[in-house]
Amino acid sequence: MTVDSIKTGVVIDHITAGKGMELYELLGLGDLDVTVAIMKNVSSNKMGRKDIIKIDGDIRLNLNVIGYVDPGATVNIIKDGELIEKKSIDMPLILSDVIKCRNPRCITTTEQELRHVFKLSDRENRVYRCIYCETKGDA
Amino acid sequence: MRSVIDILDLSVEEIEALIACAQDIIERPVAYADACRGRKLATLFFEPSTRTRLSFEAAMYELGGNVLSVAGAGTSSAAKGESVADTAKVISCYADIIAMRHPKEGAAMVAAMNSSIPVINAGDGGHCHPTQTMADLLTIYREKGGFDNLTVGFCGDLKFGRTVHSLINALSRYTGINLVLISPEELKLPSYIKRDVIKKKNIPYRQTTDLQEVMPELDILYMTRVQRERFFNEEDYLRLKDSYVLTPEKLRTAKPDLAVMHPLPRVNEISVAVDKDPRACYFKQVLNGKYMRMALILMLLKEAGRL
Repeated sequence: MTVDSIKTGVVIDHITAGKGMELYELLGLGDLDVTVAIMKNVSSNKMGRKDIIKIDGDIRLNLNVIGYVDPGATVNIIKDGELIEKKSIDMPLILSDVIKCRNPRCITTTEQELRHVFKLSDRENRVYRCIYCETKGDA
Repeated sequence: MRSVIDILDLSVEEIEALIACAQDIIERPVAYADACRGRKLATLFFEPSTRTRLSFEAAMYELGGNVLSVAGAGTSSAAKGESVADTAKVISCYADIIAMRHPKEGAAMVAAMNSSIPVINAGDGGHCHPTQTMADLLTIYREKGGFDNLTVGFCGDLKFGRTVHSLINALSRYTGINLVLISPEELKLPSYIKRDVIKKKNIPYRQTTDLQEVMPELDILYMTRVQRERFFNEEDYLRLKDSYVLTPEKLRTAKPDLAVMHPLPRVNEISVAVDKDPRACYFKQVLNGKYMRMALILMLLKEAGRL
């Protein structure tokens, strides 16, 4: 199966197999009016299987979302058919309005327009906690 | 603007300074009688509380200051749907410092983010209650002369008990602390506190359901109430509320210098007969809480340039 190369846009590579759709959802790629291709279970020498997302358009991505969902992924910026930048994504220390606090007692459930902010509390186990109530976050 | 939302907002050195200030207030109350003259404390209590609110108000009055009080969400603008952020901005126009209790976890932090005056968290749901922990720390300091090398037993509701979580966090910064966690299975200390605080700092601890078994080891016994308001299910509350009741008989095997503490109010987890025992410290905690709140109000007002 082949997918056309892109002239100007972003390729998110080395996504852990199975995480492509989660990234697609959290990055809000379904709302874009540019061509987006998700490739699942692509053969990879390094990873065995991986997912890839190609976005054909000059857009800015929230890299924190990628760092939260899959910190091993890489982001390639393509311009005029050339790779101009390759970024390795680390886990962000702060996540703002990416996931929502699910604690029904948290102030975020009632306070108008309050941002849902999480901070990295345990890097090893990839645990984020709500800055308001310290509840563990999940996507 | 400096606020105190969590006990860990205060460094060990600041806790020491607050304890020294509280001790000085106890010894020389007259010297502080006009310390906050002309300053106003707003007590915003959106959840039922008598003692904490009165403690803050008594603290401010004993410093010579004044109090603006909002008790009960039903009588305030919150009942009309005003946000915590807006409430904090409005109260900042009237007062010099805010003490706030709210049923939602994180509410005091939101108030602090939007206030132009210091905010003291007087309890945000089941989350934090730093001034209770300050009262606990002054009590331990006065009873034991310090915080190092103590075996501290926490008994009762260790799952929802915010005072327990805060005090464990505060004590984890001292050396030689041993923790004994006594609770029914359903009310055990949350695993993230064990992992992020106790294990991370290599604090020796053991968990048990049997208070009697560990009683002889304890220097401090911190009893807690099983709180009805933290349960979604009334049946669970009724099943667990009488798990531990401390009586004079149960204290027979305890050390002669044990300090029995409780954040109050108690329901029936400490028999009234224990009140006569010199080891009962829970009413001293109440008084110590007022002195620590006085010290904290002074510290924050000075830092804010309002004294």
